[in-house]
Order: sequence, then structure tokens, then C-alpha cells
Amino acid sequence: MEILISIKPLLTVLVPLLVIPILVSSSQKPNVREAWIFGGGFVMFFLVASMVPAVLSGSKIVFTLFKLAPGADIAFAVDGLGMLFALVASSLYIVTSLYSIGYMRGLKEHGQTRFVSFFALAISATMGAAFSANLLTLYLFYEILSLATYPLVAHHEDAKSKISARRYLVFILGTSIGLVLPAMIYCYHVTGTLAFSTAGIFAGQLSKPAATVLLLMFVFGFAKAGIMPFHSWLPAAMVAPTPVSALLHAVAVVKVGVFSIVRVITGIFGVDLLAAFNLGTMVMVIASFTIIVSSCIALSQDELKRRLAFSTISQLSYIVFGVALLSPSGQLGGVIHILMHAFGKITLFFCAGAIFVATGKKYISQMKGLGRQMPVTFAAFFIGSLGVIGLPPTGGFYSKWNLILGTLEAGQTVFMAVLLVSSFLNAFYFLPIVYQAFFGKGKDDLSDAPVTIQEANLCLVVPLAITALASIGLFFFPRMFVDLIVLGLNL
Amino acid sequence: MNNMPAILVLAPLLGALFAGLAAWIQKQLSYYIALTAMAVSCFAAVSVLKDVVEAGTMQYRMAGWAPPMGIELKIDLLNAMVLVLISAIAFLNLVASVKSVEQEIPDRAPSFYVMYLLFVVGLLGVSATGDLFNLYVLIEITSLTSYTLIALGDKDRGHLAALNYIFIGVIGASFYLLGVGYLYITTGSLNMADVAVILKGIQGSSAVLTAFILCILGVWIKMALFPLHVWLPNAYSFAPVGFARVVAPLMTKVMVYVMIRLMVTVFGLDYILDTLHLADAVVWLAVTAILAGAFMALSQTDLKKMLAYIIVCEIGYMVGGAWLGNDLGMTGAILHILNDALMTFALFLAVGNIIYMRKQVAFSNLPGLFSAMPWTMAGFVLAGLSIIGVPPTCGFFSKWYLVLGAFEAGAYHFAAALIISSLVCAVLFFKVFEICFFASAPGDPDHHVAGSPQPIHYIHAAGHDRAGGDSGAGTHPPAGVMAEAPVSMLAALGLVSIAIIAAGVYAGTIVNTIILPFLQ
Repeated sequence: MEILISIKPLLTVLVPLLVIPILVSSSQKPNVREAWIFGGGFVMFFLVASMVPAVLSGSKIVFTLFKLAPGADIAFAVDGLGMLFALVASSLYIVTSLYSIGYMRGLKEHGQTRFVSFFALAISATMGAAFSANLLTLYLFYEILSLATYPLVAHHEDAKSKISARRYLVFILGTSIGLVLPAMIYCYHVTGTLAFSTAGIFAGQLSKPAATVLLLMFVFGFAKAGIMPFHSWLPAAMVAPTPVSALLHAVAVVKVGVFSIVRVITGIFGVDLLAAFNLGTMVMVIASFTIIVSSCIALSQDELKRRLAFSTISQLSYIVFGVALLSPSGQLGGVIHILMHAFGKITLFFCAGAIFVATGKKYISQMKGLGRQMPVTFAAFFIGSLGVIGLPPTGGFYSKWNLILGTLEAGQTVFMAVLLVSSFLNAFYFLPIVYQAFFGKGKDDLSDAPVTIQEANLCLVVPLAITALASIGLFFFPRMFVDLIVLGLNL
Repeated sequence: MNNMPAILVLAPLLGALFAGLAAWIQKQLSYYIALTAMAVSCFAAVSVLKDVVEAGTMQYRMAGWAPPMGIELKIDLLNAMVLVLISAIAFLNLVASVKSVEQEIPDRAPSFYVMYLLFVVGLLGVSATGDLFNLYVLIEITSLTSYTLIALGDKDRGHLAALNYIFIGVIGASFYLLGVGYLYITTGSLNMADVAVILKGIQGSSAVLTAFILCILGVWIKMALFPLHVWLPNAYSFAPVGFARVVAPLMTKVMVYVMIRLMVTVFGLDYILDTLHLADAVVWLAVTAILAGAFMALSQTDLKKMLAYIIVCEIGYMVGGAWLGNDLGMTGAILHILNDALMTFALFLAVGNIIYMRKQVAFSNLPGLFSAMPWTMAGFVLAGLSIIGVPPTCGFFSKWYLVLGAFEAGAYHFAAALIISSLVCAVLFFKVFEICFFASAPGDPDHHVAGSPQPIHYIHAAGHDRAGGDSGAGTHPPAGVMAEAPVSMLAALGLVSIAIIAAGVYAGTIVNTIILPFLQ
């Protein structure tokens, strides 16, 4: 593998950071401020995209920022896996920025400058996590991301957001300090390195019990991945404005959690070690439990964003599940679900926000007949649902296909049932919403008079249309992303 | 001969003299003299550090008298670092103090500056000296000046706190002096290097054992190691702000330095670890200190008190690290001297700023601070994160070495205590952040009701977007209106905040150029 030294990964992280002072200083001029957000977003995206050819040709782009101790520097390394995640987050950041203008202005929210500044900080940390060369750097950006999200969750500054923000921190910071930090230092103590490598860093230095405990500490410690029982911060965090729920709590933050687990499984332990100790199955059991239980809970939620949140919890565990299968198709299916789920779920959140801005409704029971009033939004909602359920013609089908293939490859047919049952549950909690919206009748909807079309403003509708279409596009063109994953995981 | 080591200590001493005299001419003059003296001392410290890193240990004979008879300043990598730390913090604090002294003790400003300089002389001397008895004298100088300075503080409780501190401080000093007496009887010398050589031959002696225990106990009392900490919280929270800001980060850290100096240079680590078999017990004591400090901090409702108990907790980090018995632990302890001084200084600077604007730092005075004092709070948050141990702040990296050291020594209880205290500190600081973030305390009449996203509710809380706000409840200025501390105070906080990040990202460099060479 060719190693290229380039400052680009660092620049990608710095661009949104450097934009923040400009955002703060232009707080009185919202249009100027928003222009800078887009400027920063596009520059960041092009920086990421400019690294794609090199990564696709099998090179690794590295840059060491600070030397701390051997094997534990603050350093970046762009491989296929990180590139996939960075592409997802940086492209969706631009779309979300557009959406966020429509949403925040539509609701005349307070503190918009604070909001966009911390949003930029969060995306910067996400990029850093995607490009981390070792566990220490990953942990650093993981923590920065936790802290950057706190003011966003507490944005409304009322009693409810206070409690939610508190819960958010207790779970996220508590697990990362209480579980990941000691586990990470222990890894360094044993091996003297934290750099990711597909062969793993433990060269037979770990007994099975120690490996089990460490793996559990990591899997539960990265609580952003929402694995039960450390999941309940996510539904609580839905008090945040919808752009936060859409980008951070369906894509960036939660996927940094999953991404970290993927890194630990594939880059710290290594597939061979886990297969030898048969630890993959343990993680799969944990993930399966989360998949099924949270799907069931999602069924019972009437608040749309909460239902989406529980759906996210279950879908995140798909990714962990796939990677823990330890078979090539399973890992491919799991990791590519980072991409597919991102586009599907962000569409759903965008729809939820658009509905709220246009009508003020946030409960599913209020949405009967609303599809006739907002056809574009609910069409997008339908596509997003298909993506999450895993039906063609959306990208979600591709990940589910590979996951199921993976269970067969690994000879874990029992776990195939988990995937199938959960797909049914997904269909049960999403499709009735769409059906009721188009064909159901609301209580106050007595007359048969044609409903006037009343979509939310364009800033809200365009993003959700884009992500819905992209979700379909991914069904037809997943090739590049598959290549990235195959290179990244050495499948 | 390079006179910098002498200038380093003498500049503030002479400064104190002249600052006192100048007050007869004009009160304001004493401040400028103090500032100049500290600047000179700071410059000398940096130049000494540079020389020591390049050319190795520096020995300076006062007035040319050769040791063991004469007084020797002996500066190696460890105390060169500590000296820079002391002089820089003392200088920066002086910059920040002009406003707070004006506000708190306007009539006694010159005496404040004189005592302040003498206090710094003591700290610098303790760190620079190579002589055990001089060490005692200089410790007493710092202690005596701090008694007076603490008594200048809170009118009702400052005196009692100072009195408490005197009693316990004198006991601590006596222990140490007694220990030095034993050493002098057994070795006939007071020069550290000299004593160390002689001690090698008589390690079995029970007099040496007694000397060691007495010295260490004395130092522990002075550094407020739990359960010998009872004097600290009151003394530090009732002192005048200008003094609290320098005594809190420096006093305990310098005593940790003395402990490490005694362990490494005078008695020798192999004697302490192999002959005494005390290490396990001391690490357990450190674990208790960490947990007790952290949990006592939890029950406080005043920011200053909370920080004081966090100091008690942090002392446990350093004592435990030093006694783990491996290089990693010792590295962590030494690195934490630097890092903890920076974080504590930043926290107390922020507290000073808040007190300057709001008089009190009880939790009930804090709501709305993020919008009123955004710069101060930025520094406070950064320092708080460093105490919690969030990278890339420096606090993370000392914790990193300490936990690694704990794993290497098999002291899993110490690692657990570090992690638990991080968690407790996270609770502590986020409790404070939360209070400061929300505009009004829960239960206030104008506290927002849950759930409603209508913009009208947020006029109070608007940060940058909407200037102004209609009413602020009670004692503090209306939320949303900036009411920041003076620039001099913010500048000091800003510099320390940068230092916290810099000490974090360059932790590897610090360890490789200063700490590891010192330990070898």
C-alpha cells in the first residue's frame, strides 16, 4: 500500500473550525453568515472528494499532527473506511445547512449563531474522527463531538431540554470516560500502540477473558452507537431542533459511535482474533437484542421523531451486527449501511421537520390525510422508509442483501431470522404512516373537498427531495462505495 | 558565572523591599515595582530552563561559598520547569490582580504586593534550593506570608481560616524540621546531594527511617493530602481573590515537588520502594484522597469551595503517581504538577473574574453567565474539561501517564480511582456549566416552560442574535447583556487557556525533553 503524506485531512478538519469565528462575527447579518456556512461546507466537501481518487487507487493519505508517544500520536490516516464516512457526513452537511436555514428561520428560532457555530464544530470533529489514524485520535474527536453537541441538544433552554441534555452527557461522557478510556489505556499498556491495522494490534498478548472484557468495554463504551442499555440518550436528544436530529443524531454523532466500534473490531482486535475467540457471536447477540427490542419500542411511539430515534437505534445495531459477523459480505453490508441508512434516515428526519414547520404537528396520529397536503414530503418519506426497511429501489436494499448473505457465509442462519423479523417490524412502523397520510382521514377532515397543496418552504423541501433521490441513486450506483469499503477493510 | 538562578529568587525579594518603600511615595508605584520584579524573575526562570535543557544541571553557590558549608541553589530539569511555572503564574496573576486588589483591599494594596512578592520568593526558593534546612526556612516564608494574605481576605471568616492554617501549618513545618534534625544527626550534612551520598551507606538505620517519615508527613500536611487537608478549603476560599489565584495552583504543587525531590534526590527511590515497603499503603492513601476529594467537592454549593476540594482530589493523583514505583507513574505525577497548576490557575482566574463582576460565586449567583461573560466562561469550560481529562487539554495527558503507570504497577485500584474521579469531575463541572448555561434558575418566575418553540420566550436568553432583554431576575445583570471582566483579567485567562492546550498537544515533547531525562 502506498503511503502519501498530505495536509489535506488536517485541512478538512480545520475548515469548519476556521469558519466559526466568521460565523460569530457576522451574527447580525444572517445572509452573510449562511453564505459562509455553505462556503465552508463546499470547501470541506471538495477537500474530501479530492482525496477519493488516491484512496481508490489503494493509497493511504497520512498526516501526523503532534507526536505524543510512540504508537499514540495525534495523527490522521485516510483509508477507504474513513473516506466513506467522511463523504457521507460532508455531503449531508451541505444539504443539512440548506435545510437548517429553512427550519431555523421558519420557526424564528433564537440563538441561531450559537447553533450554526456548534454545528460547524460538530462536523469538524466528525471529520477528525473519520480520518483518525489511531484510537487516541479517534477518542479525542469523539469527545470533542460529545461536547460540541451539548449546546445543540440544550438549544431550547427549557426544562425539558435541560433534562435531555443532562441525560445525553451522563450517557455519552460517562461511558466514554468510564469504559473506553481505561480500555484504551489498557490496550496501549499491553501493546504499546493504538494505530489501526487490519491485522489487529494484539499479537497473541491477550487471553480470551481479557479480550472479552475489553471488547465489551468498547462496544458499550462508545454509547453514541446507541447499543442497549446505553441508548436512552438518543430519544431524549430529540428535543433538539430537527436539523440536529437529522444530521447529528441520524448521521454524524451516532455513526461516529458505530464507526468507532467498527474501527475497534477491525483495526484494534482484528477479525482473526475475534474469530479465534468466537467473540463476534457475543457482539451479534448484543446487537440483535437492540435491533429487535428497539424496533418493538418504535412501534409504540406516537411522536414521529421519537419513532425515528428508536428506528435509528435499531439500524445502528445492524452496522455493528454486520461487522461482528466477521465474514466479508457481512462486514460490507454492515459498513455500507452507514451510507445507506444515513441517506434514508436523514430524509425521514427532514420530512418530520418539514411537517412540523408547515403544520406544527409532531405526532403521528395527527398526520392522517396530511399526505394530500404535502405530497412531495410524504413521497420522500415513503422513499426514506423503503431505504430504512431495505427494499428496492433504494440503497438500503444493498446493505440488507449483503447482511443476509453475510449470515449465510458465516453459517449463522439463526441470526438471519433477526434481520427478517426486524425488517417486518420496520415496515410495520413506517408504512402505515405513509398510508394514513395519503389515504387516511383526519378527525377534522370531514368534507371531501380537494385539499390545497401546502408544502413547507423550499429550503426544507429541496433538501429532502435531494436526499430521497440520492437514496434511490445509491441503489443503482453503489460501486465506488463498495470499493472504498473493500479497500478499507481489506476484504 | 551565570547569575540567573540568583536573580530569579532575588528579584522578587528586592522587589518586595522597594515596593514597600515606594508606597511611602505613591501607592500605585508598589504595583509597578512588583510587576517589574516578577517580569525579571520570569525572564530569569525561562533563561535558566533553556540553559538546563541545553547544558544540564546548574549549580549556583550563593556568594561563592562551597557546599556543604555554603548555600547552594541546584537547578536540574525538574525544578527548572517548576521555577518557570511559578514565576509565570505569579507574573500573570499580578497582571490580573491590579483590578481585583483595587476592588477588594484598596486601602492595603501596597502591603498586599509586598507580601505577595515575599510569598513568591518563598516558593521560588523552595524549588531552587539544594539545601534541606534552607528548604525549611523558605517553606516557612511562604507559610507566614500566606497566613497574612489569607487574613486579608473575607472579613468574618478569613481570620479564622488563617488561624486554622497557622496551627496546622506550624505542625507540618515542625514535623519537617524534626525530620531534618534526624538527618543532620545521622549524616552531619544538610546539602541534599551530600546527604544522599551518605544515606546510601546507612539505609538500614532506624534514624533515617524516622527522618524520612517525619519529613514526608510534614510535607503531606503542607500539601493537604487527605486526611490532612482540613485547613485547605477554608483557607483558599476565604483568601482575597488576588492571592487565592496564586496560592491554589502553586502552594500544593510546590509541596508535591518537595516530596518528589525528597524521594528521588535525597532518599532515593530504591530506598523508598525496596526497603520501606510503604508504597502500597501510600497508593491506597492516594486512592482515598482522590475519592474523598471528589465526593466532598460534589456536596459543595459554592464554586470556590468546590474547586478547593478538587485540589484535594488532584493531590491524590500526584502522590499516587509518585509512589506507584515506576517511571510512567512518576512521569504522570511530574507532568501533573505542570498541568494541574495551569488548570487550577485558569479556574481560579475565571472565578476571580466572576467575583469581580458578581461579588459571590455561590451556585445561585451563576445563572446566565455564558451570555454575560462568554470569554471568561470559555476559559472556565476549557479548564474544567482539562480537570475532567478530555483531550486535547493537558489534563488528559497526565491522566494518560498515571493510568498507564497504574496498569504497569498492577495498581488497578488507583486506575479505577482516577477514572471515577474523572467521572465525578464531569458531573461537578457540567452541573456548573448547566447552571451557567441556562438563563435563570429552575423555579424562577421567568423560567421558560417546557416544549414550546415560540421565539417570544427566548428574548432573555438570546446570545448574539438579539441584543438586550427586558428583565433580569434579582441580583445579577439581565441575561443576554455582556458584562465581562476587565481586559487585564481576561488576557491572563486567555494566555493560560492557550497554555492548557499547548501543554496538552506538546505533552510528548515535555515528557521527552524534561521529565524522562530527569528520571534517568
